[in-house]
Amino acid sequence: MNPVLQVHGLAKAFGGIRAVDGVSFEVREGEILGLIGPNGSGKSTLFNCILGQLTPSGGEVRVDGRPINGMRPCQLNRLGIGRTFQLLQVFPQLTVRENLILAGQEHRGSMWSRLVGRRDAGLGAAADRMIAFFRLTQLADEKAGALSYGQQKLLDVAMAFMAGPRLVLLDEPAGGVNPTMLAGLRERLREINAQEHATFVVIEHNMEFVMALCTRILVLAEGRIIAEGTPQEIRDNPQVIEAYLGG
Amino acid sequence: MSVVALIAAPFGLKPYGIYLLSLWVVMTIAAIGLNLTLGYAGQISLAQGSFVGIGAYAAALLTTTGWPLWSAFLLAIALGLVIGWVLGYPALRVQHHYLAFVTLAFATLVFLVLRNEEWLTKGVYGITGIPRPTPLGWSTKGPVGFYFFCLAVLALVSAGTWWLVRSPWGRAFTALRENAIRADSLGVDTRRYTLMAFAIGSALGGVAGVLYAPLIQFIEPNAFNLNLSLSLLLMVMVGGSGYFLGPFLGAAVSVLLPEWMRFGSEGLYLIFYGAAVMVLMAFCPSGLLGLAERVFKR
Repeated sequence: MNPVLQVHGLAKAFGGIRAVDGVSFEVREGEILGLIGPNGSGKSTLFNCILGQLTPSGGEVRVDGRPINGMRPCQLNRLGIGRTFQLLQVFPQLTVRENLILAGQEHRGSMWSRLVGRRDAGLGAAADRMIAFFRLTQLADEKAGALSYGQQKLLDVAMAFMAGPRLVLLDEPAGGVNPTMLAGLRERLREINAQEHATFVVIEHNMEFVMALCTRILVLAEGRIIAEGTPQEIRDNPQVIEAYLGG
Repeated sequence: MSVVALIAAPFGLKPYGIYLLSLWVVMTIAAIGLNLTLGYAGQISLAQGSFVGIGAYAAALLTTTGWPLWSAFLLAIALGLVIGWVLGYPALRVQHHYLAFVTLAFATLVFLVLRNEEWLTKGVYGITGIPRPTPLGWSTKGPVGFYFFCLAVLALVSAGTWWLVRSPWGRAFTALRENAIRADSLGVDTRRYTLMAFAIGSALGGVAGVLYAPLIQFIEPNAFNLNLSLSLLLMVMVGGSGYFLGPFLGAAVSVLLPEWMRFGSEGLYLIFYGAAVMVLMAFCPSGLLGLAERVFKR
């Protein structure tokens, strides 16, 4: 499988603190890569550097072999890269359906056609399919702000998939989600991975979730990768145990 | 029913009452523009009054030299779009009160140009004798005729804005207001939408100005100083920022209510009016329509 995402020597410093310190890795097509590490290890900063929300201090990021450094998040999204954030990021005044339509509309037609064309940008049916897929049908016309935390989290993840991305970076998708919904979310992600061949990079603190979902895991500590392997290898790695529990 | 009321309204009124109604229509158009920039797209502007001024001077300068009023509409819209687009650039770097100060500086700049560039604007002497239009042979010289002309323009602006806010553009504006970072990550070009929100909102301010000049038939720089921008901001906030009907209600409160309260209050009406606005903003910052929504939800 070809690498979809290649990260070479990526670094980000805030003053004297190196939040990300020369990180290199690749993600292959169709892979579900887990990225774990203690709080403050640089996982979200790494995501934000990859996705243009932060400007890296050094290093290079390539998607399908193409350098993407300096590209804006909206441009990266149009290249087929989706993401979710650590904290909930839905649009509370829009309905569930409108949130999903918004998540796909900028991939349809030109600016002008979006002004004079259909209100749903031709995405109404696709939004309803996504709503059904994430078991949110009864909430389709509710404002997102009226949903429970777990439901908003599902919507947040669903939005990342609305434009049919090739690569999705999920920042703590399981955070604050109850166990029943969590199992559903894991199944949805597996289905999308299998059916669409979408590639995922998942930051997660919920070890059960990440071990069950991911095919390969990277462990980050103090801005550096300290271990890499299958879930079983990571579980048994003494360096990882020390990073999490202290020496 | 509201449309019928607006059509019937001038027939029972004296000329001053019809003038106030026409002024309400003009201010509603300007407030619709600001509501697009601020209410939907979340970009604060203290310069909307300046765009009304730019439109008014475009109309005054063109129509007093024989040009038809539609040419003034075209010029005001073009100036509003271009200057509004440029004014939007600071919004790409700064937000909230910093952006407010940038637009405040622009408002001051426009006021100084209107006052000091006498070769163009006639400075503090103002421009008099601004004619009212005769569209398709229909004279709007009388107050009722001009009111209906303004109302027709308001209908067009309202229909266009209704279409815009319900289109994917409107959804993108709302996303920009609610969470620009997330919108950006979903492919929404937040820079372009920010600039467009400023440009379109400013152009509507210009349209209002084109109607303002022949309504008053005399313009001078003080009419377009910071007070007008603050009044327009008040209209948007009081009516309900981000609600389609907010500017209609806000302009009514700002233009018509003080005049109505003037009678029988022996000069105290502005105190009552100011107190009412303070109470509303303190207890319901989402404005009258936000208050109504809260009441109906219960």
